[in-house]
Amino acid sequence: MSGHPSTYEPKYAASKWLDQRLPIVRMGADFMTFPSPRNLNYWYTFGGILALCLVVQIISGVILAMHYVADVDGAFASVQRIRRDVPFGWLLQSMHAVGASMFFLAVYMHMFRGLYYGSYKAPREVLWIIGCLIYLVMMATAFLGYTLPWGQMSFWGATVITGFFGAVPVVGEALQQWLLGGYAVDNATLTRFFALHYLLPFVIAALVGLHVWALHHVGQNNPIGITEKTKSDTLSFHPFYTVKDAFAIAVFLFIFAFFLFYLPDALGHADNYIEADAMKTPAHIVPEWYFLPFYAILRAVPSKLFGILLMLGAIVVLFVLPWLDTHKVRSMRFRPVARWFFLIFIVMCFILGWCGAGVPDDIAIPLGKDAGITFYRLGQAATLYYFAYFLVILPVLGLIEKPVKRPDSITKAVLGDQKRGAGLLPAE
Amino acid sequence: MSDNQPEDGSKRDFIFLATGAAAAAGVAAIGWPLVAQMGKAADTLAAGSIEIDLSKIAEGQQLKMLWRGKPVFVRHRTAEEIAKAEAVELADLKDPATDAERLVPGTSGEVDPKFLVMVGVCTHFGCVPVGEAGDYEGWYCPCHGSHYDTSGRIRKGPAPTNMAIPPYSFVNETTIKVG
Repeated sequence: MSGHPSTYEPKYAASKWLDQRLPIVRMGADFMTFPSPRNLNYWYTFGGILALCLVVQIISGVILAMHYVADVDGAFASVQRIRRDVPFGWLLQSMHAVGASMFFLAVYMHMFRGLYYGSYKAPREVLWIIGCLIYLVMMATAFLGYTLPWGQMSFWGATVITGFFGAVPVVGEALQQWLLGGYAVDNATLTRFFALHYLLPFVIAALVGLHVWALHHVGQNNPIGITEKTKSDTLSFHPFYTVKDAFAIAVFLFIFAFFLFYLPDALGHADNYIEADAMKTPAHIVPEWYFLPFYAILRAVPSKLFGILLMLGAIVVLFVLPWLDTHKVRSMRFRPVARWFFLIFIVMCFILGWCGAGVPDDIAIPLGKDAGITFYRLGQAATLYYFAYFLVILPVLGLIEKPVKRPDSITKAVLGDQKRGAGLLPAE
Repeated sequence: MSDNQPEDGSKRDFIFLATGAAAAAGVAAIGWPLVAQMGKAADTLAAGSIEIDLSKIAEGQQLKMLWRGKPVFVRHRTAEEIAKAEAVELADLKDPATDAERLVPGTSGEVDPKFLVMVGVCTHFGCVPVGEAGDYEGWYCPCHGSHYDTSGRIRKGPAPTNMAIPPYSFVNETTIKVG
């Protein structure tokens, strides 16, 4: 990984011998001393938190696979057996299920951070795109995994999502049946979903490798979005950011543990405790919370194909964001107009999530007796804003918005203008 | 290539193209089984047909049977439901079909409008619609709010087409064979 000159010097004969043959220790050492902007705030700790989430999911998932039965006759019972009979199965199963939610919680924070501080702008476009790819594979993995317990929501969620492929003109039905391996979601579907659910986390791990490589090649962005110019603008990753990340991880684990031990089912759906039944649809199919905004976008138009295209578009638009936001200033701290539109954008994402959970024809905002704005209409409005933010607001602001005055450097932003040579050194 | 012969590039081009073509054919030959294995297996395709006895279904009752992993609805419609289904103007329909077109003639060659047989799967995303519900008192899909009439035709909501009629025929006056 390039980015800064190596400072590693092997001390022992054995380490010298290894370094000349495979400089793996050097790679690790350079990673730990990577010069990071000295002004990173806690929004920048989610990368480390996400790495931990991936490790938790892979370890707990590999263990669950040792007890899980990928067969329509045994899947539901095997998950219940894990929860009741397998030693510490209750812990590991909950850790994996709650862990998925925590993973998405962290990834959304990480993405909002990138959106606010302009982390997608040159020269970080590829870094951002790899991140979008990771998010896409995460969504696929989460969907496949949710099918495995073979409850009612698993089954009908899988039916609805694979139904998307049926909307493709001409070849849709053939494509859908090819994916399912049958006429409907059945045993063939379950076994292949299990195989792919086991595979994709390792694809994510590989993409994370590329993500970190790209990060270390172009350097980290920071809250003021100004590139580091001198050595005093940076700090060594260790111990400064290892400690900061460790503290953030500890706080994050408190939240994780709270759900894990006190509310293990709060983020799931009660209907998934009913075994899958192809003859009966639950009264109200909802996806997991982290897909709700996209579900609302899907339902925002009364057309099957257009709804799917809109939902896919909501993700595709993220990939091309570096070329939609043409403003030269990265951080929205110095963009007095854009930051307000960004705040509204976050509110709209929450509204979309709320609409995704609601019944389309129900009243979301009552206005007088038996009247008001339905979830359907509200979802349409929020969908409109979601796309307008990326396709209209950011491109237009890129042309007309005047940024406020920015500091000259990271050092000046942190320490002000006063000459304090000693202040540049970390406090003892 | 010997020195006394002029260099002929076309031979090399030919070998290059032929090798490339053979390699591409090889990749396609091994790639196709990898893709095709995902399709319906022979036993899935053979999961074939079911017979349904209509005489056991009372008027106003609906039978649900599993066929190829999907529910099949057999509804013994009331006179009122039939009248409603037949009274609809074709111009009002998103996926125009008369009620009679959605039925199969019995052993006598006549269409009996009493029994409606269809795949009980919403054409939107495949949920199972609820009977005697919705704005048209036919079926209502709880997933995304599609309304079907008493002939199973889409009337309102996101579903693109009417509920499908499975291939079926009358074995005798009161028994049908689906599939």
